Amino acid sequence: MSKKIYKDAQSALEGVKDDMTILVGGFGLCGIPENLIAALKDSGAKNLTCVSNNAGVDDFGLGLLLETKQIKKMVSSYVGENARFAEMYLNKELEVEFNPQGTLAERIRAGGAGIPAFYTATGVGTQVADGKEVRNFDGRDYVMEKGIRGEFALIKAWKADPFGNLVFRKTARNFNPEMAMAGKITVVEVEEIVALGELDPDEIHTPGVYVQRIIKGPSYEKRIERRTVKE
Amino acid sequence: MSTPLTREQIAQRISREIEDGYVVNLGIGIPTLVANYIPDEIDIMLHSENGLLGMGAFPTEDQVDPDLINAGKQTVTVVPGASFFSNAESFAMIRGGHIDLTVLGAMQVDATGSIANWMIPGKMIKGMGGAMDLVAGAKRVIVAMQHVDKTGNSKLLSECTLPLTGINCIEKVVTDRALLEIKDGKFIIKEVAPGFTAEDIKEITAGPVEISDNVKTMEF
Repeated sequence: MSKKIYKDAQSALEGVKDDMTILVGGFGLCGIPENLIAALKDSGAKNLTCVSNNAGVDDFGLGLLLETKQIKKMVSSYVGENARFAEMYLNKELEVEFNPQGTLAERIRAGGAGIPAFYTATGVGTQVADGKEVRNFDGRDYVMEKGIRGEFALIKAWKADPFGNLVFRKTARNFNPEMAMAGKITVVEVEEIVALGELDPDEIHTPGVYVQRIIKGPSYEKRIERRTVKE
Repeated sequence: MSTPLTREQIAQRISREIEDGYVVNLGIGIPTLVANYIPDEIDIMLHSENGLLGMGAFPTEDQVDPDLINAGKQTVTVVPGASFFSNAESFAMIRGGHIDLTVLGAMQVDATGSIANWMIPGKMIKGMGGAMDLVAGAKRVIVAMQHVDKTGNSKLLSECTLPLTGINCIEKVVTDRALLEIKDGKFIIKEVAPGFTAEDIKEITAGPVEISDNVKTMEF
């Protein structure tokens, strides 16, 4: 059972190569796999397609891989926090495919659930629907969106057991459970690895079947993007 | 004297649209302020699309938790009865029609109920986030915005010229000068800000306008 546990982020990324599609969990900087992102940068893999809701900030999260130009294309819903991103996009150094956030989440969930495509009302009549099939069901138009899978999914959870059962914490859950499902190889980094049987089966958010590799992150910065406190 | 509403007053007016028991998603900017004006006797749950139902106030310094943020990436707290879930689940709530009301900002709205609020070609490259899902999926969609842009042009048009966020989805627009309903391809002036007349509003609105029989003046 402990075969899934790797000694560090670097070894857990064995097999990552140029041109791969990699799903990266997190919302803003919350719940991002910060140690795995650092190791992905160090791996030197390039021409990557990264599927992630956001692109980090200039000097943290996926912003690190934009800086080193390892990313060829981003599939995201919102990148407004990253000035470097806009600059690279406008200079045509980076391809971008914007997806509505719910469409992105559902595409990943569908990919992981073996559903090749689905229809949604989101984006009908907008440029998101350009070139896609639109079909009417019960009087309303829906656009067809395809499932997404990745060669790797890099995600962050709070706790894992050796089988890869995962528990997330608060809003750090975000895209991580869907991405776990959609990675051919899903690598999770956690704050704590607990013994098998220690997690109550009722409290497990993501069952271990979706997880291939586990590391315990040596440290977490958990940078806050907009620290906002009561006045 | 006719003074346009403040951002707070726009939010205050929109807060009166909220009914007891609502699940509400508030966008960034003026919409966020709506939460400050909900009367104590009205119980609502605030939805934040990153995966939280039951969002509370901003935390005190020692309550700050990097694992607990809202869709605007701000640190927040939760209220009793709150729940956390994944993004796909969060958007199942939105797309499945389980959110009673969403309030969003906009760059343009048109008389067919279409909205543009995510992109200025060649200039603003940020992405739509959850806005397209919210306008397509929430039961009610209300827009909060200024009536005219910085150069004085009407933001209420016959047809949006910027890339659309959604079509045929806006119920009402509350601006700094009026409340307008969108119906049958027209903006219907229902309320005006203190000091303004329906004629004033008609004059600064580019899209087709109808003046309601009993136009009210907003009170604050």
